[in-house]
Amino acid sequence: MIRPFVTLGVFIAVWWALTAFTAIPAFMLPSPQAVGAALWAQRDYLAANTLVTLTEIILGLVAGTLLGGVAALGIAASPVLQRWLMPILVLSQAIPVFALAPLLVLWLGFGIGSKVAMAVLVIFFPVTANFLDGLRRTEPGWLDLARTMNASPILVLLHLRLPAALPAFASGLRVATAIAPIGAILGEWVGASSGLGYVMINANARIETDLMFAALAILAAMAITLYVAMDHALRRLLRWAPEA
Amino acid sequence: MPPPGIEISNLSLRYAGASIFEDLNLTLVAGKFSVLLGPSGVGKTSLLRIIAGLEAPADGYVRATDSKPLGGRIAYMAQQDLLLPWASALNNVMLGAALRGSARDTDRAMVLLQRVGLHGRAQALPAQLSGGERQRVALARTLYEDRPVVLMDEPFSALDAITRARIQNLAAELLAGRTVLLITHDPMEACRLGHSLAVLAGSPARLGIPIIVPGAPPRTPDDDEVLHIQGELLRRLAGLSA
Repeated sequence: MIRPFVTLGVFIAVWWALTAFTAIPAFMLPSPQAVGAALWAQRDYLAANTLVTLTEIILGLVAGTLLGGVAALGIAASPVLQRWLMPILVLSQAIPVFALAPLLVLWLGFGIGSKVAMAVLVIFFPVTANFLDGLRRTEPGWLDLARTMNASPILVLLHLRLPAALPAFASGLRVATAIAPIGAILGEWVGASSGLGYVMINANARIETDLMFAALAILAAMAITLYVAMDHALRRLLRWAPEA
Repeated sequence: MPPPGIEISNLSLRYAGASIFEDLNLTLVAGKFSVLLGPSGVGKTSLLRIIAGLEAPADGYVRATDSKPLGGRIAYMAQQDLLLPWASALNNVMLGAALRGSARDTDRAMVLLQRVGLHGRAQALPAQLSGGERQRVALARTLYEDRPVVLMDEPFSALDAITRARIQNLAAELLAGRTVLLITHDPMEACRLGHSLAVLAGSPARLGIPIIVPGAPPRTPDDDEVLHIQGELLRRLAGLSA
């Protein structure tokens, strides 16, 4: 528990030493104190924009997880859906999200919609692929047992394959939580009127590097908190799974 | 309704061109415990899976002696307990009802758990149970299906000697009157539980002439008859592997 704080402390100390004992100009690498001061001075501005980005990430996570979950279940349940959805799944991963970002902003506007869509695009594949993998790897002995019990295929999917796939689904969710901020920030860089990505682009243009660093620090803290919270929740929910 | 016997006729199974067994004939007497022994890899599990309808034979057929279809009349108990790790012991017992979409009979499931001695552990998850307790839940799940024919594939092989002896008594008592086929590696288990014992061996595998064990199971391990037949069984098994 103490290790992350030691790592953080060493990181800040090295950073401080670099700014204190070298000739790197402040507009390239502001000191930790300067970033701290910017963080405090601009707290209202930063807080408002953090809330925007956080909302985008959480909406993206919810929508992407639902979409991915439904897609995986559909593919697992029906060969017809599998033939139609698999190419879409692969395509969603084959086209770089970066290339789609300007289009999404054009279609969905500068508001929150295009960023949520970006986050959904980024997390749809890991959620679907992991969940589908889990749904396809049901212990064969359970399926044999179900057959001797004259089970209905849809109830086998619901009561057996779905719960058995939850640990794999959880792996997908962990990856999704880690990368969802990428989608949101990417969307904000391409075109936005608020959000931490927007703050960073603006600060960068005005050479307010300390503010840029402040936004970056908040983003990192937010991403880590989200991941830890998700990991914790999944562990609690899947206590029965040995590897969860 | 009395349980049917099962008639296995001219059964053949091939895997990748190799013959596992050819022209296998065996009758499982209605309402009795039949035991099948034999070395690993000889095709015992395949035979059980064919009877359960989980695998198709290359040739031959399996049918009930009352000429009605076997589907829906067989319960299957595998080597692993196959309990769902996320479900309580009680819900594992009632798994069949959940998978068929029929109403769950909690009272009957509780009675079965009581009969296998796990009344107080109904809400426990499989991970909280010992190996013997898990296998007893699996036995209760098999009984919940209430099928006239029960197929068991070495269900007690992973248990320690004392636990195994106890669960053998339980199985003999609770499965009495059903048509049972038990696969085992353990000659003692065969002699304690079986009404008739058959050895499957060779390549392609053949069935030896069944040994009929007098008296009702579960027999005590130091019963003279049990010891005598166990000796005979060991001689047959040893002779086959020589």
